[in-house]
Amino acid sequence: MKKRAQWRTDLVGYAFVLPNLIGFLVFIAGPFLFSLALGFFQWDAVGPMQWVGLQNYIKLAGDSTFKASFLNTFYFTFTAVPLTLGTGLGLALLLNRPLALKTAFRTVFFLPNIVTVASIVIVWQAIYHPTMGPLNMLLASWGVTDLPTWTMDLNWAMPSIVLMSVWLNAGYYMVIFLAALSNVPQTYYEAARIDGAGGLKRFLHVTLPGISPTIFFVLIMAVINSFKVFDQVMLLTKGGPGRATNVLVYYVYTQSFTKYKFGAASAAANVLFLIILIVTIVQYRNQEKWVTY
Amino acid sequence: MKPTQAIGRVVLYVSLACVSLITLFPLAWMLSGSIKTEATIFNFPIQFIPDVAHWDNYLKAWSMVSFGALFRNSLKISTLVTVGQLFTSTLAAYAFAKIRFRGRDKLFLGYLATMMVPFQVIMIPQFVMFRNLGLANTHLALILPGMFSVFGVFLLKQFFTGIPDELLEAARIDGCGEARTLFTIVVPLSKAAISSLAIFTFKWTWNDFLAPLIYINDKSKMTVPIGLSMFRMENITMYTYIMAGSVISLIPVIVVYIFTQKYLVQGIALTGLKA
Repeated sequence: MKKRAQWRTDLVGYAFVLPNLIGFLVFIAGPFLFSLALGFFQWDAVGPMQWVGLQNYIKLAGDSTFKASFLNTFYFTFTAVPLTLGTGLGLALLLNRPLALKTAFRTVFFLPNIVTVASIVIVWQAIYHPTMGPLNMLLASWGVTDLPTWTMDLNWAMPSIVLMSVWLNAGYYMVIFLAALSNVPQTYYEAARIDGAGGLKRFLHVTLPGISPTIFFVLIMAVINSFKVFDQVMLLTKGGPGRATNVLVYYVYTQSFTKYKFGAASAAANVLFLIILIVTIVQYRNQEKWVTY
Repeated sequence: MKPTQAIGRVVLYVSLACVSLITLFPLAWMLSGSIKTEATIFNFPIQFIPDVAHWDNYLKAWSMVSFGALFRNSLKISTLVTVGQLFTSTLAAYAFAKIRFRGRDKLFLGYLATMMVPFQVIMIPQFVMFRNLGLANTHLALILPGMFSVFGVFLLKQFFTGIPDELLEAARIDGCGEARTLFTIVVPLSKAAISSLAIFTFKWTWNDFLAPLIYINDKSKMTVPIGLSMFRMENITMYTYIMAGSVISLIPVIVVYIFTQKYLVQGIALTGLKA
């Protein structure tokens, strides 16, 4: 392209990008860099910032609460993600056929994903009520004697959060899987049937490979989202009992907005970002191995 | 239809119905609990339709929470964020997709890289910035950052790229500048993607909890999630009133959902497929 024409194009291009770019720099890129820097300071948000180098990060390694939130987050991810994606995929498989009331079912399954978490948490609080809640009443009626106190139980608090999270999010992934499933050509299934493949074989050799790019994408998205879990923890258990459900984002929140340790909180947030980055890169590298479509 | 096929169908429908009931249980129980009394709300086996319907719970909840203000605030913030985001994302996405300016690909890569940065990393610096500007306890702190979304640019760029260049060429030959081309040709063709982004952004902003939590202190400026949350905290054992309040807060959300779910589903499918 001629030089002057290229300048013109550049000008127009940047003009279009500018509104978004300004916001991007001011509200996303700028703060990100500032957060990276802030991790090296100690700051109570009021007084002067004190350079402490790697102190914040060293303290994090020795902070038992941080370690707990780290482990809790991984515990959440490794349980919630498979359950959520599995449920979503299962529902999508059930719905992926000509079906009366298909849209109605899809509407129902997706509904939990659009409700405001703050509005629905009261019901879950009630469901999990140790003595009067319907969950324990149901279990008791089935003869279960040693009833857990759910959100007040060190061992069952996180599973309580996981269950609520699956309810909230499965529908979202169901929608993605439904779209992916509908894109697998019927002819492949036909060919498999002609070759004598039964339902399970068709699922393993046609369906799964056919939606493998989507599975890969969804897995990354679900893992990243699970590392960022906050609303349910803040509203249902407040990181408790004790530190049983203290997750990384909750830790960052309490460090910054209840303890006013902005430097330390930024360090923790940066670690969160680093974890997300590493996990995503690892997943990306593995893509070659099993995305077959 | 063969007998085995018919049985298969029945099993399928029954399974779907069961899962539906389980999925709807929390919402149904909340609805039924909202018109019960504290004494009967936990009755087991569950009586979904109570003998006496205490609709006055709703009046009580409405009097205890200024829902009018909460709805107004949420509506204002969600609408402004959505409009702002649509505007900036459409312009930027068009440039990334169809205008060959120098540095375009590197810049877009930079955008993509930040998609992995969670809000929690940038929330502290953002908060500091707004506080220093004296905007900490204001709606602006929620509106301004919300108007700039990498995700929106990404989604629309993917979509715009799929629009054939020939259409744009024809417009350029007819003398249209880039802006005319964008608004008269590209946008009408992208109604699906744009409406999806709009609904998504609106829903996401309406339901946002963390950002309003850290910024808003005045009760008069609170959004629905925060206001309702405070209500619950202050009356933690009054299940019936809180449930009534929760139902009130969910009515707009569910109504909008029923009318726009097509766009939500389509938008999610778009993100999933174009990956």
